Amino acid sequence: MASPSALPSTRWNQILESSFSWIADLGETVHDALISLGAFTVFAGRLFRWLLVSLPRWDTLMPNLYQVGVRSLPVVALTGTFIGMVLSVQSYAQFRQLGLETRLGAVINLSLVRELGPVLAATMLAGRVGSAMAAELGTMRVTEQIDALSVMGVNPIKYLVVPRFLACFFMIPILTIMADFMGVCGGFFYSVIILGIDSFHYLENSAVFVTGFDLLSGIAKSIFFGGAIALVSCYQGFNSEGGAEGVGKAATSSFVYSFVSILVLDLFLGIVIQNLQEFLYPGAAKLL
Amino acid sequence: MIDIVNTTEQPLIRVEKLTIRFGHQTVLKNIDLSIPDGQTLALIGESGCGKSVLIKTLVGLLDPVKGTVEFDGHNMHTLREKELAVVRQRFGFVFQNAALFDSMTVGQNVAFPLEQLGGFSRSEVREQVMERLHEVGLPKNVITKSPAELSGGMRKRVAVARALIVNPEVLLYDEPTTGLDPVMSDVINELIIRTRRRTPVTSIVVTHDMHTVRRVADRVVMLSPYPRLAAGQPQILFDGTPEQLGQTSDRRVRQFVNGEAGERLLELAGDPNS
Repeated sequence: MASPSALPSTRWNQILESSFSWIADLGETVHDALISLGAFTVFAGRLFRWLLVSLPRWDTLMPNLYQVGVRSLPVVALTGTFIGMVLSVQSYAQFRQLGLETRLGAVINLSLVRELGPVLAATMLAGRVGSAMAAELGTMRVTEQIDALSVMGVNPIKYLVVPRFLACFFMIPILTIMADFMGVCGGFFYSVIILGIDSFHYLENSAVFVTGFDLLSGIAKSIFFGGAIALVSCYQGFNSEGGAEGVGKAATSSFVYSFVSILVLDLFLGIVIQNLQEFLYPGAAKLL
Repeated sequence: MIDIVNTTEQPLIRVEKLTIRFGHQTVLKNIDLSIPDGQTLALIGESGCGKSVLIKTLVGLLDPVKGTVEFDGHNMHTLREKELAVVRQRFGFVFQNAALFDSMTVGQNVAFPLEQLGGFSRSEVREQVMERLHEVGLPKNVITKSPAELSGGMRKRVAVARALIVNPEVLLYDEPTTGLDPVMSDVINELIIRTRRRTPVTSIVVTHDMHTVRRVADRVVMLSPYPRLAAGQPQILFDGTPEQLGQTSDRRVRQFVNGEAGERLLELAGDPNS
């Protein structure tokens, strides 16, 4: 039995022990995060080195361009159309109260080309293509197909990752343009055909407030999104382990990390683009 | 049969003090092994003793924490990426589950290493693919099938054909007969023997199948799982001919070779590491 004088010391030891344990756990988490960050940086470095050293063969690149671009077009077009219509539904009541219904075209189209089109296309790409890439590469990893490539003297990053990265990089602007276009059409259809807004003023206001800079800035952002999706998804797949469960985890984490990357990049690129626009076009027309 | 005692000539593969660790777990420790040119070595041992890890380290797929692997005078773990790729083209590797590329047909799988080497016309590649598939006893019509349409034995044979197409100097087989019926296992054993007869290839066969060991091997090396060893014990429990294997005095080797499950089960029950 502990003596009365020993009790505070024991409690003190318990507090110290639990604090040290908490610090050790925190340290381990930071250590693991730094190792993961280091591994991701090395992976990205290898990818960019191969991009500079040699480009993939056309017969390796083509299936990826088809998979990423052509196969994603229908879903991007469909979601783009609905986003345009939803924007119209959500904004109409507020703009009508202010008597600014005809400005709806400018609001919908500006939101689409600057923000929603690129983010929507990127989200669709992360969900449809990014997860599939992670699952495919993950399966190749756990079934030793990536090891088989290495043994044959083929660099797996050059053969598997570079074509996927290039496909995302080159195809996402096209998907973004498709999302923008279909969103504009959807918004126009709902605003003009369903809500009865005057088409001339709807289009006139769009032409005044939506500039080429807005369109290009959205497309430029999408290229960063595409690169991030490919990099994150390929990294997750490439480093998956533990059989079917590991492949599933890789596919899920690839979408989660890609989506977070899209939003973080969107914020920082948005700030840069906003400042650039104010610098280049100080007297540009304001919506309200 | 090659005389294993005669090791005066320079070995093709030399492993020295090889130690492999995954995190805190040591899988291989201080492994020394020399494999002369043209020998067929069977690598046996209980599950988890590091057989597959060892052959993957030989081709530089895994990096040791200590020790060296030399192939024909090249240290596999200090070579630059491009040099390693060139050296690896001298190896053929038959993976445990065949590791055929799902996105390609059988023909494309077998042709793949040749296409990566370059310098062959389409007709030459096709001719070589047909020849290799014939060698492993597969019909012509298999060329357009996808790996998913094949049985386990056929997949293994396609993997052997893919490994053979570049005429490798060293062939590594990772459990080539695992999961196959006895007849198909014997077909694979026969393929290993025929390949050896036809070309002067050095082979390392990782297996649990004692029938395979007795049929194909010139020499047998048995590893013990590192965590099961007492301090100071060597990880290689046996290194000799298949004939010597049957007369070994080491109880652990005898148990493995004769499949003495009862005694081993009692050991496992009292062994927290197992």
